[in-house]
Amino acid sequence: MSKSFLYKINTLLKIQYSNMLEYRVEIALWAISGIIPFFMLNIWTNNGLNESINLSKIMLSRYFISAFFVRQFSVVWVVFTFEEDALLGKLSPYLIQPLHPFFRYFAQHIAEQLTRLPFALLIALIFFILNPESFWIPAVKTTIFAGLATFLSFLIQFLMQSVIATFCFWTEKASSIEKLLFIPTLFLSGLLAPVSSFPEFVKSWVYFTPFPYLINFPANLLSGNDPNIISGICMQLIWVIIFFCIFAKTWKSGTKKFTAMGL
Amino acid sequence: MNIKKYFQLYSLFNYTSFAIEMEYKINILIDLITAIFGLIGSIFLLSIFFDNSNLIGGWSFEQALIIQGIYTILNGVTNTWFSPNLKEIVKYIREGTLDFVLIKPVDSQFWISFKRISPSGLIEIIIGLLVLIYCLVINEIDISFSLIILLSMTLLCSISILYSLWFLISTTTIWFVKTWNATEVLRSFLYVGRFPLSSFSFSLRLFFSTVIPITFITTIPSELILGIAPIWKIILELVVSYIFISMSRRFWKYALKFYSSASS
Repeated sequence: MSKSFLYKINTLLKIQYSNMLEYRVEIALWAISGIIPFFMLNIWTNNGLNESINLSKIMLSRYFISAFFVRQFSVVWVVFTFEEDALLGKLSPYLIQPLHPFFRYFAQHIAEQLTRLPFALLIALIFFILNPESFWIPAVKTTIFAGLATFLSFLIQFLMQSVIATFCFWTEKASSIEKLLFIPTLFLSGLLAPVSSFPEFVKSWVYFTPFPYLINFPANLLSGNDPNIISGICMQLIWVIIFFCIFAKTWKSGTKKFTAMGL
Repeated sequence: MNIKKYFQLYSLFNYTSFAIEMEYKINILIDLITAIFGLIGSIFLLSIFFDNSNLIGGWSFEQALIIQGIYTILNGVTNTWFSPNLKEIVKYIREGTLDFVLIKPVDSQFWISFKRISPSGLIEIIIGLLVLIYCLVINEIDISFSLIILLSMTLLCSISILYSLWFLISTTTIWFVKTWNATEVLRSFLYVGRFPLSSFSFSLRLFFSTVIPITFITTIPSELILGIAPIWKIILELVVSYIFISMSRRFWKYALKFYSSASS
């Protein structure tokens, strides 16, 4: 059972990786579209805003390059693919296969991240050539934990978006709900400004939401700002479990509602 | 070329797209909430910046809010006209349906750019206008006739530049087939338009006024409202928008020579 499962995963990954390699240019462009953190860094340092939040220029630029990396490897687009598949009726053959369709999407994401890696590294290289003083090599332990935290962040977002994707069974156009959810992800995750710079009245509740654990926590970890690793990862795991339970429920009731479209 | 025919055609386009969009009424509501939250989010971000400093690039919070208003209006314009249409180009080219557009006795650029309209973007334009009016009040700006004329002129120029940028990128689809992500790159660059240009470092400022002229899109209209835009900047914006519009036209004609339809 587990052997055949591993075999399936392996095959899926191989197929999707060669599929993604077809779209190298696309993925390169996508990697470039993630450079907003650098623009934000420019505003922060150019106006000397970092002094008032007790972060040196170097630490702040390390934070933003880490945020860039975390974002690169936690981008999720499952809802858009799922919506297309559901609308065009491609979902029906997936549903009768003895493999949950979301494994296919999951493999697509992992393969896409692999394809993206060289481009992200290239952008980082350019960044460090322009800002050599902020170059650093994180310790092995930090890198491992940051990698884990990034993966968990990806998992939270993947499950969150999968829940929205299952709304396709009811509304047909679930991607607009995703656009709505993207707004708090953008502003509260720490992609544009570190959460430590938020005003008190936001900081008091923001840590109870999943958003700061998406970018802020892994980026702080990677850039060496020493957040509380254990509590951060615990919170991430809690959100993974919560969204997984919601997903399992909506998927179950959604597939019952499913009326094969496009057939 | 008969302008009346094009007007009739355009109203037909609007009629059909409204009919399509009305199928998804809840979507329009969700888009409205998204637009409002998006604005709240960027004002929140702006307030974080201004928490730590009174001036960002020489702009006060109330002044920077004008840019937010202009940005929201232009973003609404993008979401109403540009992004729904130019997303379709990818589909036209991938599926070879561009053939059907080309054989029609209508200008192909007109057809491709104005076929769809998305009403949820219109709501964003209204929100942006409200923000702008609020800014005019808090900045104590006298609304004169000449200001309104100049402002609509510069906004029109900004819209033309914005349209050309979108159209230029979408045109490259003819060679690369899938450029959905190229528009994402443009979107992320345009995001910079939410902030005064002077808040960036010199090299970025240079980039955003030459390669991708975001400075012309939001900063100049805002400066005009504040009365700090010199006349040469306004003339320059006119020139730049003219260059961009004619470039988009020429590039489209050039690209069509390379269109070889989909495997049919």
